[in-house]
Amino acid sequence: MSDQNDPMAEIRASFFIECEELLEALQDGLQELDDGSEDPETINVVFRAVHSIKGGAGAFGLEALVRFAHRYETVMDEVRNGNMHPDSEAMKLFFLAADHLSDLVRACRDETPLPEATSEELLERLDALLGEHGVEEEEEADDFQPLGMGISLDLPDLDAEPESSLAHYTIRFKPDQELFATGNEPQQLLRNLCGLGEAKISCVTTELPNLESLAPETPYVEWLIELDTEAAEPEIRDIFEFVDGLCTLEITCVSGPSAEDAGDTGPDLPDAPSLEATATPDVSTTPAAAEDTRTKPEDAPDKVVTLKKDDPAKEPADPEAKKAAPPAAKSVVRVDLERIERLVNLVGELVINQAMLSQSLDEAGLSPHSDAMNGLEEFQRLTRDIQDSVMMIRAQPVKSLFQRMSRIVRESSAAVEKEVRLVTEGEATEVDKTVIERLSDPLTHMIRNAVDHGLEPTEARQTAGKSKAGTVTLTAAHRSGRVIIEVSDDGAGINRERVLEKAVSKGLVAPDANLSDGEIDNLLFLPGFSTAAQVSSLSGRGVGMDVVKTSIQSLGGRISITSEKGKGTTFSISLPLTLAVLDGMVVNVAGETLVLPLNVVVETLSLGPDDVQMLRPGSYVVRVRGGFVPLYDLGVMLGYRAHRKTDAGAIVLLISLEDGSRAALVIDGIQDQRQVVIKGLDDSFYRAPGIAAATILGDGQIALILDPADIIAGSGHPRGADLMLSERKIANE
Amino acid sequence: MSLTILAVDDSRTMRDMIRMALMPAGFTVHLADDGVHGIEVLGGIEPDAIITDINMPRMDGFGFIDAVREQEGHRATPILVLTTESAPELKMRAREAGATGWIVKPFDPAKLVKALQMVAG
Repeated sequence: MSDQNDPMAEIRASFFIECEELLEALQDGLQELDDGSEDPETINVVFRAVHSIKGGAGAFGLEALVRFAHRYETVMDEVRNGNMHPDSEAMKLFFLAADHLSDLVRACRDETPLPEATSEELLERLDALLGEHGVEEEEEADDFQPLGMGISLDLPDLDAEPESSLAHYTIRFKPDQELFATGNEPQQLLRNLCGLGEAKISCVTTELPNLESLAPETPYVEWLIELDTEAAEPEIRDIFEFVDGLCTLEITCVSGPSAEDAGDTGPDLPDAPSLEATATPDVSTTPAAAEDTRTKPEDAPDKVVTLKKDDPAKEPADPEAKKAAPPAAKSVVRVDLERIERLVNLVGELVINQAMLSQSLDEAGLSPHSDAMNGLEEFQRLTRDIQDSVMMIRAQPVKSLFQRMSRIVRESSAAVEKEVRLVTEGEATEVDKTVIERLSDPLTHMIRNAVDHGLEPTEARQTAGKSKAGTVTLTAAHRSGRVIIEVSDDGAGINRERVLEKAVSKGLVAPDANLSDGEIDNLLFLPGFSTAAQVSSLSGRGVGMDVVKTSIQSLGGRISITSEKGKGTTFSISLPLTLAVLDGMVVNVAGETLVLPLNVVVETLSLGPDDVQMLRPGSYVVRVRGGFVPLYDLGVMLGYRAHRKTDAGAIVLLISLEDGSRAALVIDGIQDQRQVVIKGLDDSFYRAPGIAAATILGDGQIALILDPADIIAGSGHPRGADLMLSERKIANE
Repeated sequence: MSLTILAVDDSRTMRDMIRMALMPAGFTVHLADDGVHGIEVLGGIEPDAIITDINMPRMDGFGFIDAVREQEGHRATPILVLTTESAPELKMRAREAGATGWIVKPFDPAKLVKALQMVAG
């Protein structure tokens, strides 16, 4: 859309990226204020965020954005100055305004229609808030000028029609001592004056005392300038704008056209040589003058600026700014995602290559203490480090995602008229960027569900003796090599009777089915399931939890649900840290080579003669240190062989799943533990249950990567609560 | 004429805009994120003029100007305050800190160049 070579378009794009960061800071700041933060830097951050958005928006002529940000900033300035102490209603308005600001930014970025009605409404409310606090509503954009007229130093307009006649001015300019403390320089001002026309400058040094009584910091000289120019008096005054109040300035217009031709004295600023050209000849015409301030040694002002100004009151920096200084800002480089993808792919190839090399060196029968093997070990370590580092590049904290959810909570709670508090934990948890992006939709849906269906209406909560405001908690954490994201509410919990009734009425479950609580909860994930008695505008949009489940699965993740009556419901999403590499255990099953994610394998066992017990026909358990764990033969489950291999001596992998349940998998042998690069299976394959992806092993062989939880879920064997029951049953027997 | 400019602004967009405005004029532009960073950068360059924002984290524009003026070599270096606020008291505060002049954002690139030439040319 935008021209690649247009630097303005690039800056514009970069502005919108910056806006996202500023909006994030704004959200954070508001949240801290809402949590009762008294730190003045917090409100400063909020103010600066709005202020910077306004500044940038002005540069791109985004008037609607400027207008809204300006008013918002005005209110925030009042808070910053301590004139306004926002109550909870005001804070709500600030949050709404922040949301709206973010809408405006996006609308401007995507060039979609602006939500003007909301702008008007919120502007009115902000004005009302200002009014309440006795702040006069200022004239719209009075102190904020649109692009093109922004500089207060009004320079001569080059495009203006040149006036036909020259005017003659006499100017007297005497700098005060303070002028030199501001970095202004008489020489520069005189040079600029020369730019307006033909100037004859003379320096009056009559006040200059004898050397012994000369106070080095006092400017004793003044200048008299005879100026022929087309410029009007305001233009001359503009040159002295920055020194207004720091000097004595008298401008007298001696009218009458000059004899000179206007053509050779344009209003343009001169180059340095042109100053010499105009000023130097004047030395001869005014012999008493010392106009060349740079060369005349007796010229006091020129010296003053280099002399030390002893002012002990001045600190090198604003002490308050120092006190409030946050830790140094992270330095950031923006990189095209494509380049990172390429790097990730290359590292993937490197890992495969390293595996192949290991294998060939192994087969060469080298001594483990040989240089080659030592080198290989180092190479493996480095490969792993590189891989970790590359994955870190793609990782981002989930914070931005969580912030978006706080908005969803605000909007959805307003829609269903419930009071809801969002608590977030683990915002700093880092997850692959792609995962974060693709989590937004399912998470939004889950949050809406929690607010709409999870939490009871306010009256019901009060009847149940709960706090009036419901709480939705959003947490992220790293757990056993995966990222766990949980959405929980403190609502009434899943109404299992209703869920079951509904499932039966929809024909999803047989009427006489005997389902465990966990199984009933999982009915929610069945396609098309919707339990809300009234389909609300909020979450009842025909998108069910099955869609959520599918999107999580497509990320290599799993979703589970736990619910306790009267206490609330928790949805737990478990995701791989990265979508590219996996620590795997390479195993043999019925002549096939398969890979299991190493993080699920708890231990390996070999079966003893009395370890296996039959629970019921076709359902076995294995005794593990006094407890019983359901036993599955991978070969049978994947259809590689027909009969269970339960001979004594068979190898069993004890695996642990995210929900805490355990299972034992019978395999034929373990080849190796190694990193494998995940190669996704093409969508044209139908989704084979239990198969997560594929990989290429060191010898070039292709192996399937298994998803153990999926295999077991698809087995129809008892898990979780049922299993605990069976363990007790067996123990009693 | 070519000038060396130090521009201090916490907004990346503003820094980009300043760079964009000044580089075509042949200026050498050094950029810093805030006052503290500005002082660091100043240690390694000899700018003909400095542009600074007011509202910045860590060290704001007033603190930055103070700190610049404290340095022997920069008592007379022109400093323009670049800000969206044109309130007179802000200008006065900037001047008290030692600012040479001020420019109101959003600025016209050509005028920014001219303003710099006027104070430092």
